[in-house]
Amino acid sequence: MEKDKLIEMYRIMKLIRMIEQRINDEYKYDEIKTPIHLSIGQEAVAAGVCIHLRKDDYIFSTHRNHAQYIAKGGDIRKMIAELYLRKTGCAHGRGGSMHLIDTDVGILGSTAIVGGNIPIGTGTALASKLLKNGRVTVVFFGDGAADEGTFHESLNFAAIKKLPVVYVCENNFYAINSHQKARQAGEGIYKWAERYGMPAYQVDGNDVLEVSDYAQKAIELCRNDEGPAFIECLTYRWKGHIGTVDDVGEGYRPREEYDLWVSRCPIKRFSEYLKNEGLLTDELERKMDEEINKLTEDAFSFAQSSPKPSPDELLEYVYAD
Amino acid sequence: MPWTTVQVEKLENFFIKDDFAGDRILTYRDALHEALDQSLARDPRVFIMGEGVDDVAGVFGTTKGLKEKYEADRVFDTPIAENSLTGIAAGAAMAGLRPVLIHARMDFLLLSFDQLVNHASKWSYMFAGQVKVPMVIRTISARGWGSGAQHSQCIQGMLMNVPGLKIVAPATPYDAKGLMISAIIDNNPVLFVEHRWLHKTTGHVPEELYSIPIGKGVIRRKGEDVTIVAISYMLVEALRAAEKLQKDGISAEVVDLRSLKPFDGEIILESVAKTGRLLIADTGCKTGSVASEIAAFAAENAFHLLKKPVKRVCCPDTPTPTSDVLEKSFYRTDEDIYNEAVKMVNGE
Repeated sequence: MEKDKLIEMYRIMKLIRMIEQRINDEYKYDEIKTPIHLSIGQEAVAAGVCIHLRKDDYIFSTHRNHAQYIAKGGDIRKMIAELYLRKTGCAHGRGGSMHLIDTDVGILGSTAIVGGNIPIGTGTALASKLLKNGRVTVVFFGDGAADEGTFHESLNFAAIKKLPVVYVCENNFYAINSHQKARQAGEGIYKWAERYGMPAYQVDGNDVLEVSDYAQKAIELCRNDEGPAFIECLTYRWKGHIGTVDDVGEGYRPREEYDLWVSRCPIKRFSEYLKNEGLLTDELERKMDEEINKLTEDAFSFAQSSPKPSPDELLEYVYAD
Repeated sequence: MPWTTVQVEKLENFFIKDDFAGDRILTYRDALHEALDQSLARDPRVFIMGEGVDDVAGVFGTTKGLKEKYEADRVFDTPIAENSLTGIAAGAAMAGLRPVLIHARMDFLLLSFDQLVNHASKWSYMFAGQVKVPMVIRTISARGWGSGAQHSQCIQGMLMNVPGLKIVAPATPYDAKGLMISAIIDNNPVLFVEHRWLHKTTGHVPEELYSIPIGKGVIRRKGEDVTIVAISYMLVEALRAAEKLQKDGISAEVVDLRSLKPFDGEIILESVAKTGRLLIADTGCKTGSVASEIAAFAAENAFHLLKKPVKRVCCPDTPTPTSDVLEKSFYRTDEDIYNEAVKMVNGE
């Protein structure tokens, strides 16, 4: 991969981390009145996949959708304004954190129903196939979605119709507090996909280069009308399922498990790689941080100073014109 | 032969007089076929999917031959996965296509509530109208010949409670064609409610493309003494009842609602202003039915016009029995409408 793209991937990962860290820090002031689901620790998946997408490709994400929105190039100001439920938000304050949208970059909306986005992304892929427009869809979902019928129904349909869709499972092992092993028989979510007759891989989701490598191949297949494809990315969320709480220790996730995964921080790993390769200097890193801080500051002050919707907008948009 | 086909073939031919008076007479089934055929021809974004849409029977003849006429990727059979198919249709609609998804039984629609209710119907609102979901879901309710509890439900009442979903229930061939075209060109998810016993009814249908505004009812028979609002197949029973009532000197006005959501409140109010009596005939179970909603509407808006309490003629709140004996007592007929109307007009 060319140097620019590697640096861009790194920048995206840091952008996701720093914005989410800021959301985490602001949440206690109770102005972000929407349930938030942070992706801190999982940044490599969204960054490694979206770097290979065209602007007009589609992505569909979940309740935990900040990272994918940012990686696909969603408008940051509108995203933060949406978290503050302002009229200037990407969904005009009607969606909140779980329902980000930016149609300019192929984000047609996120859903808060586990597995709900899988058929919808399969549907946009069906449209691409019928319209022959070369657009690829990537559907992001967690390990919990593989519990749902829509996962199996949609993968089967996509395989039968040979649709240009890449399914990306961000397997962080937990659905709220339920471990994957308590919910799913057998090993390897990707094996179900394999059985549906598509190329399917399990990769280290904290290694952005590995994610990117497989994503590139999968997207290429779809672009050449040889989809669908499946990538299971093993990763770990650092925060609790929802909000800013931690869910580690007694009765929750084991401390040793958490510590191990934090030691595998995707950003730290990639930074070390880039530095070893001589691609990232302290100077570049400092400039990057500065730029991200500026962007974050701008987005938060835009959001905080934006107007809220007015009560008389309540009945709008029930039906589309 | 599928069992409901056996049943439907036994029905006597029922001709429904419509506003349109041409000399071209079609069955409801053929009118639907024509609407789909012409929509596929005029708009390359339209496609049809569902279980069995491309088989020899072609969903009771309504999609017969369309796969051969158009490309196989525009009329295709699907796995039996109602929920995901609904989401797939919604996704395709978001990306610019106009899918028509068919469930051969309305009962199967229940499997798709997550995608229908949580997703397709709410997408416009959740995202401030930035993404439209123009899709049609055809559902067909069967009746008789032991269809039983899971192959005969009419759950349109349940779906009245879903914001963002439009519901139409045409009863005549003219409306079947016009409302199918309207549903396809609408920018929202539209549930197209069919009743198997309507497929064989006949009426005048123009050859050209035309649409009927969603949300507009129509007077099928003018009258002075009692208003009968009929939904879907109950129109046939209501018209039969009105004929009998006429012989007994009672003049019934029959309103065909055609669209259930939004429904035409004006036409009901105008009629009740004239008759002072409102009877509603619905194909579904009584509690939470379309009839319930109209009764509530009348209580809120027409209380001062009513001479008698509103009456609902619906199926009882039981699952549909399979036994022919029990089935017979489950369904409401023209007799029930007639008896209730007589009581309303002449007193107990």
